[in-house]
Amino acid sequence: MSILTTLQLLPLIGAIVVAVLPVGNAKLIKQTALGFSLLVTAVSLFMAFSFKTDETALQFTETRSWISAFNINYSVGIDGMALALILMTTILVPIVFLAGWNESENGRWSVKVFYILLLILETMMIGVFAATDVFLFYVIFEAMLLPVYFLIGGYGVGERAAAAMKFLLYSLFGGLLMLAALIGLYVISTNQGGGTFDIAKLSELTIDSATQNWLFLGFFIAFAIKAPLWPLHTWLPTAAKSATAGTSTLLLGVLDKVGTYGMIRFCMNFFPEATKTFTPAIITLAVISILYGAFLAIGQKEINSLIAFTSISHFGFITLGIFALTSQGLTGAIFYMVNHGFSTAALFLTAGWMIKRRGSSNIADFGGLQRVTPVLAWSFFLAGMSALALPGLSSFISEFLVLVGSFAKYPVAAILGTTGIILAALYVLIVVQRSLHGETPETNKGILDLNLREKIAIAPVIAVLVVLGFYPKPVLNAINPTTQTIMTHAGVSDPIAKVAK
Amino acid sequence: MTTSTNLVYLIALPLFSAALLLLLGRIADKWGHIFATLISGSVFVIGVAEFFAMQDRDGEARAATQKVFEWISVGTFQVDASLLLDQLSICFVLLISGVGTLIHIYSIAYMSHDHDRRRFFAYLNLFIAAMLLLVLGDSYLNLYVGWEGVGLASYLLIGFWNQKPEYATAAKKAFVANRVGDLGLSLAIMIAFTQFGTVTFAGVKEGASGASAGALTAIGAMLLLAAAGKSAQFPLQSWLGDAMAGPTPVSALIHAATMVTAGVYLITRSNFIFDASPTAQLMVVTVGAITLLFGALIGTAKDDIKKALAASTMSQIGYMILATGLGPVGYAFAIMHLLTHGFFKAGMFLGAGSVMHGMSDEVNMRRYGAIGKVMPITAATFGLGYLAILGVPPFAGFYSKDKIIETAFNAGGIEGILLGGATLLGAAITAFYMTRVIVLTFTGTKRWDENAHPHESPLLMWAPMAILAIGSVTSGFLLNSGSALVNWLQPVVNERHEHHAEEFLPPLVVSTMALVVVAIGIAFAILKYRTVSVIAPTDVSIFTKAARKDLYQDSFNEAVLMRPGQKLTAGLVTTDYKVIDGLVRSVGWIIQTTSSALRSIQNGYVRSYALIMVLGVLTLVTAIWMVTL
Amino acid sequence: MDIANYIYLSVLLFTIGAIGVVIRRNAIVVFMCIELMLNAANLAFVTFSRVHGNLSGQVASFFTMVVAACEVVVGLAIIVTIYRSRRSASVDDASLLKR
Repeated sequence: MSILTTLQLLPLIGAIVVAVLPVGNAKLIKQTALGFSLLVTAVSLFMAFSFKTDETALQFTETRSWISAFNINYSVGIDGMALALILMTTILVPIVFLAGWNESENGRWSVKVFYILLLILETMMIGVFAATDVFLFYVIFEAMLLPVYFLIGGYGVGERAAAAMKFLLYSLFGGLLMLAALIGLYVISTNQGGGTFDIAKLSELTIDSATQNWLFLGFFIAFAIKAPLWPLHTWLPTAAKSATAGTSTLLLGVLDKVGTYGMIRFCMNFFPEATKTFTPAIITLAVISILYGAFLAIGQKEINSLIAFTSISHFGFITLGIFALTSQGLTGAIFYMVNHGFSTAALFLTAGWMIKRRGSSNIADFGGLQRVTPVLAWSFFLAGMSALALPGLSSFISEFLVLVGSFAKYPVAAILGTTGIILAALYVLIVVQRSLHGETPETNKGILDLNLREKIAIAPVIAVLVVLGFYPKPVLNAINPTTQTIMTHAGVSDPIAKVAK
Repeated sequence: MTTSTNLVYLIALPLFSAALLLLLGRIADKWGHIFATLISGSVFVIGVAEFFAMQDRDGEARAATQKVFEWISVGTFQVDASLLLDQLSICFVLLISGVGTLIHIYSIAYMSHDHDRRRFFAYLNLFIAAMLLLVLGDSYLNLYVGWEGVGLASYLLIGFWNQKPEYATAAKKAFVANRVGDLGLSLAIMIAFTQFGTVTFAGVKEGASGASAGALTAIGAMLLLAAAGKSAQFPLQSWLGDAMAGPTPVSALIHAATMVTAGVYLITRSNFIFDASPTAQLMVVTVGAITLLFGALIGTAKDDIKKALAASTMSQIGYMILATGLGPVGYAFAIMHLLTHGFFKAGMFLGAGSVMHGMSDEVNMRRYGAIGKVMPITAATFGLGYLAILGVPPFAGFYSKDKIIETAFNAGGIEGILLGGATLLGAAITAFYMTRVIVLTFTGTKRWDENAHPHESPLLMWAPMAILAIGSVTSGFLLNSGSALVNWLQPVVNERHEHHAEEFLPPLVVSTMALVVVAIGIAFAILKYRTVSVIAPTDVSIFTKAARKDLYQDSFNEAVLMRPGQKLTAGLVTTDYKVIDGLVRSVGWIIQTTSSALRSIQNGYVRSYALIMVLGVLTLVTAIWMVTL
Repeated sequence: MDIANYIYLSVLLFTIGAIGVVIRRNAIVVFMCIELMLNAANLAFVTFSRVHGNLSGQVASFFTMVVAACEVVVGLAIIVTIYRSRRSASVDDASLLKR
């Protein structure tokens, strides 16, 4: 059994163990769930250390027959990109548990259900990045919606039911298109000597360009909804506004990455011709997303939807990097996915604490927090700095790589994207000023600073941002082979500098 | 090129200290300021040691590098965390750590009553680390990290008292204006990478000779934009005045002596780009000339002593930028003026801080007067700085500023006359507003607030001022004797030793002209400010009104950028809700309406169900019948 | 006698039954109309059995009669129960499915 399967099973076992624990003992349930998630982190770290960065082939592969009639297999395996995303997931989950220790208590259902849902979600999040069978990927891709649906609808705030429904319907719509494209792909593979859902085999198919375009769109729209690209983004702010901080973290930090991951893994891999056809349009959408997300973030009055819009802007950057199809752009985009996970986690978690303490999520209700809660204020500030890609933090490296990578091929898009850094400064500093600076109003004077548990939760996130900002080499080394494989498959090479050295 | 192993400590020490003081929190309150000062002092000691080590090496071996670690490596984009200490960066290292340490010492006393003194010192150390990284990085990207790092430190320090909303706003404004400049630097790096395949200074220098004029001009223009943001040059100058919200030592260190001169460093460092692109040079001198007059004009009308000095800083940096645009001859003079300015302007800011300290934080010069008698040391050190900025021989400014005026005239043709004229005019206005500051503050009659009890500042404060004053007196002479600085910088800025373009005017004439206009400026100021009213007169010329409003720079920015931006944002928010999400919601609405319409058929009456069944069967039968026909 | 007349009669009876179901409110009458429709169908079955010369139609009509008998039992029971609880045999009063 591959270590990947172990990694997927562990949270599931955790969920089963939690399920048999007594409902009343909330503390035990939380501790068990946290224990299992930490175990998962440990195993995934072990896996990362035994990962060979000099190999381009998939590692830790395992294949078992699942539905043999359609040649569907349970097959898993990872490359550097998947490894980076899985590590991000397994590190974020215990942090989310720890940070939102009490956020499950005001839900529609019990604490127990909350943790079962989260652990199941973790299994799926690992599985979706590990799957090397498109059908398996699709099943997890759709099944992941359910725990999130219940997490938003059952444990959120405000109009949680409506938000959950909007999220579900949007995603299902995308999933449906993807399913259609998937079946089409299967039929084509059947006609070309044996139906298969294996990613490697599917990427070797020869598909005529008209079909490619349709199938590409089917996949792409599903992914563009997931990693919200303008104009398919409106579910995100609604969901972020209603979900708990932990759910939002996993939703934006991990689940949405499946979208950008899918664009690289499927859209580019299966349909190189169509990718070229649609690239100009997608680059345009990406640039619109960057600027549009930033402008809307500036205009938000509610802190969670502000973070959601900053993410739309950041997903624009990621998409820009992916479709620039240069090694800097692509590596930058993949690294961006990891950094955005941590950066958004820091933002949502700190914002979540602020909201919980103040009892309101309106930015106008905050103010002067720096004086009363210095640690919380600093954490939020650093998270904001990461969102505006301050050099020294990891998000800077990825953002710069994306821009420098796209500049060579699409200078106009890169220049427009770069203006996003000014807007980023605005949206971050405005919220920082309104919430942390200024005279502390009477209502905020009693707000408590972070306790030890919360400090332990936020510290690793900030540490990752800082360490990777100074020393991104390990992650970049893991990602680089993936990038090279993709570029070789797509048959493109980096633009050469105009003045030879 | 020598390999060194010590350079990293220049940055690591203050960075470590900053992190330590911030992480320890209140535990470090008792010793934080002393620790930070010691760290800054030890950085200075390392700097001096490196300087002497450099003196021992000759020619090519003088510059030292250190590769700390491999930073980013993606495809052909290879950037190491490497440091480069050459003749140019050592000037900055000494200035930053030297003036920095003096200001640390000064701040121990100046901030002694502040609850958050430790945090202040942590920020100062953070600034030192970032600024040293800025001048020591061996590639544009390393420089960029320091570039934004100083921006962050500046933001934190301007907003040090951010419980006051206007201070927080000033900090934000500075950061955003700087970000506009950073946009330029980012784009310059991107263009450089696509052109040369590398972003190290050495690599770009090598490639610059083979690049197209358009590319070089584009890089030059973007670098100029970056410099304008950081150095408060036209059109991004508006943040500097507001930045005076920070504690006065910060204004002295960051917003006078070091950070704001980073733009001059950037252009001097990129001399190979600008030397190859006359268009970019023309832009540089234009920006410099506009700013030097712009700043000087604002300086004439400010009643806030710090804002008057800030305007002066802007104007003096305008001189430096102008000098860097004058080609190989100008760089050394720009750096010389930068160094002398570092001494006299920091000294004057500290003097202003000393006055404020004695006058319970009063900044309005109309409330000062006759302070020279109660604060003799402050007045004396300030006075020496004043003589230096005016360019009176043999004070520092005489050597550095006159050289710039001279070089400007020598640029030749109409350009030379225009630039030379601008610098001369600037010198006259400088004399006017600086004399105004002196007259309003130190001489004349007392116009103090009833509660003011001015007193001389403690030793910890006046000692740094005195050292800076000595620098203001001697630095120009020392740097210029035997063209010391020019020769020192020659390997970096490539100044050829053969005699350059013929002189437009002999140096003596230029100096005489400069002194005459300065005398006129002084005379005007003394005459005009024989009597001073406590309340600023309102019946003033439109020029004064404009200068008081910073020549409408803020109004312009608000009208052209801010308000349309706010409208755009508000419009987009509405559009997003009404149009994009509206479309999505209308899909839901259509489904809902349709289904509720269909629901009315389900009325519960068996008879109507039966009727529908009959009709259905009839339709079906008819359909089948028609098809089989 | 023309065999088509049986079919006409069957159609007529069926139509009368169908109209009765739709327009009458009394449950008993509706019920009887349904019986009428069933018998119309039976008549058609028997007629076609005659036409084709085999017994399948007759079997079907017997089958229908059995079903009708069962239906009467269940249907009358329901009607009686509804009458007991609501004091009415009108089908419109029993529009409970709507809610």
